[in-house]
Amino acid sequence: MDFNSIVTNGLQAFVGLDAVYFALLAIGLNIHFGYAGLLNFGQVGFAAVGAYGVAMSVTTFHLPFAVGVAIGLLAGVALALLLGLPTLRLRADYLAIATIAASEILRLCFRSVALSKWTGGSDGLNQFANTFANLNPFTPGAKYGFGPFVFSAPDTWSLLVGWTLVGLCVLLVFLLMRSPWGRVLKAIREDEDAARSLGKNVYWYKMQALILGGVIGSLGGMFDAAQTQSVQPDNYGTTITFFAYAVLILGGAARVLGPVLGAMIFWFLLSITETVLGQLVSNGYITFITSSQAGKVRFMLVGLGLILLMVFRPQGIFGNRREIALDAR
Amino acid sequence: MPGDLPLSSAAASFEGLAQEPGVPKRDSVLVVDKVTRTFGGLAAVDVDHLEIQRGGITGLIGPNGAGKTTLFNLMTGFDRPDTGSWSYNGGSLSGVPAHLVARRGVVRTFQLTKALAKLSVIENMKLGATKQRGEKFLRALVPPTWRPQEIDIEARADDLLVRFKLDTKRDDYAGELSGGQRKLLEMARALMSQPEVVMLDEPMAGVNPALTQSLLGHVKDLRAEGMTVVFVEHDMDVVRDISDWVVVMAAGKIIAEGPPDQIMANRQVIDAYLGAHHDAALTIEDEDRQLADDKGTAS
Repeated sequence: MDFNSIVTNGLQAFVGLDAVYFALLAIGLNIHFGYAGLLNFGQVGFAAVGAYGVAMSVTTFHLPFAVGVAIGLLAGVALALLLGLPTLRLRADYLAIATIAASEILRLCFRSVALSKWTGGSDGLNQFANTFANLNPFTPGAKYGFGPFVFSAPDTWSLLVGWTLVGLCVLLVFLLMRSPWGRVLKAIREDEDAARSLGKNVYWYKMQALILGGVIGSLGGMFDAAQTQSVQPDNYGTTITFFAYAVLILGGAARVLGPVLGAMIFWFLLSITETVLGQLVSNGYITFITSSQAGKVRFMLVGLGLILLMVFRPQGIFGNRREIALDAR
Repeated sequence: MPGDLPLSSAAASFEGLAQEPGVPKRDSVLVVDKVTRTFGGLAAVDVDHLEIQRGGITGLIGPNGAGKTTLFNLMTGFDRPDTGSWSYNGGSLSGVPAHLVARRGVVRTFQLTKALAKLSVIENMKLGATKQRGEKFLRALVPPTWRPQEIDIEARADDLLVRFKLDTKRDDYAGELSGGQRKLLEMARALMSQPEVVMLDEPMAGVNPALTQSLLGHVKDLRAEGMTVVFVEHDMDVVRDISDWVVVMAAGKIIAEGPPDQIMANRQVIDAYLGAHHDAALTIEDEDRQLADDKGTAS
């Protein structure tokens, strides 16, 4: 057993690129679900329009990367409006149905043969973020970091940009949620009619929340696409949304830092279980599963962990026990 | 101006009015005209004409299913009528969405109390204030633009909490309050919007008798401050105690109006509540048996 690699891989995943991607998705979901009570089951759809917004702008329409980023963010706004206009006047369930369907429709459109001229079909698009890669101030080939946190130059650059984005989004949520604007949002989560009876335009606030969380999701999708330099339709399946929910619930919903710490811990756990299981199999301690099966078993273990968390700590790791206890009354 | 009326004038403004449904008031703040609302084949509300006197406490009573809450919902924009119009201070309220009705100064509470459980009591209160600068998205990001107003609002909220004896619960979650305290909080929160008309849907339901007295006091205070109060209530002692004027609904229609004492003696009202043949005489034995049953269920 190579404990050194277990710990190193785990800690690298703790602050890694996946943690950034899912932290952004979950910060968006936290605004939707944690603060406004909107059941968005299509967060991956926002990531997809962000990613494809930038990829198609650059590859298909030969626009500058920066314009592509703006288009990606606008695509997030447009998707939020499209989903919100018909459903936000209805009960919460309708938004859930519309969002999960929309995210699947988007994925199927992006991979369709008819549109492949623009979207690259099931192969997706590549090499559209050279501008992003060229901005990298770090020397190619060199390694950066300290202790276990050592990364290649491109990864260091991506992590720097990524965690800066996460920091800015966290600051945004922090400022908003301690303001009267955030108070209205939380009131809507608790009881729409009460907010309405006190003169708050519930529909408009829900729309603002849907747009804001959606755009942060699009930002996450764009970040992931830019640092991998590729978009592929099948990377935008519904599992991504549910991972983001797992991250949010693990960290604690309606907490400013909940989604960020949730993402870090989620990927840390996935990495640890993967390396440990992989080593146990390859060293012959476990004989009844193959190493490729071990990759699936880790999700079972993390799922089991989440179930136990919900039983013994329903508020998530950083949630507020007193607040959750109110639901039982 | 309503605030200039001396205390006793609230009752005086109703004096000498004809006791018939739809009678015009001396100074009407709300006027309802030919409003109907049907659910399927059922006419839940069918009000020909109703006026609410400014600065008075008007009780709205009627048996279950009479359409009182539906009328409340219609007047506050929470539901849309099939036909009809209604106005507030002379301006039409027809088709105005609920949040705009509230901003104009007609605020309501709910039969099933809507305390915002996961907000603290003080946050509940602060939510009630209208025209908050910090409720705009961009300004919310710049605290100096809304902080001074927030401090004013908080001071006002704290004053109201003291008045409603909720100041010790200030930082508790609203979800931790008892049912009666939630009713108090809901009423106090409604006052944060500085309304002109307060519409209370069963303010005393599920409240223990001690708290009922304090709630009654608060409702009378609203009148003393020049607000108009309309409330739905089932407890006749409460209605008799605080109303200046009582409107009786049955099967969606207004069947009687009048001062509380007279209205309770009104033949139509008694029939609507109890059925036309409720007063067949009881024997002494029957009555004893009923009393015994009551005691049995109470203990």
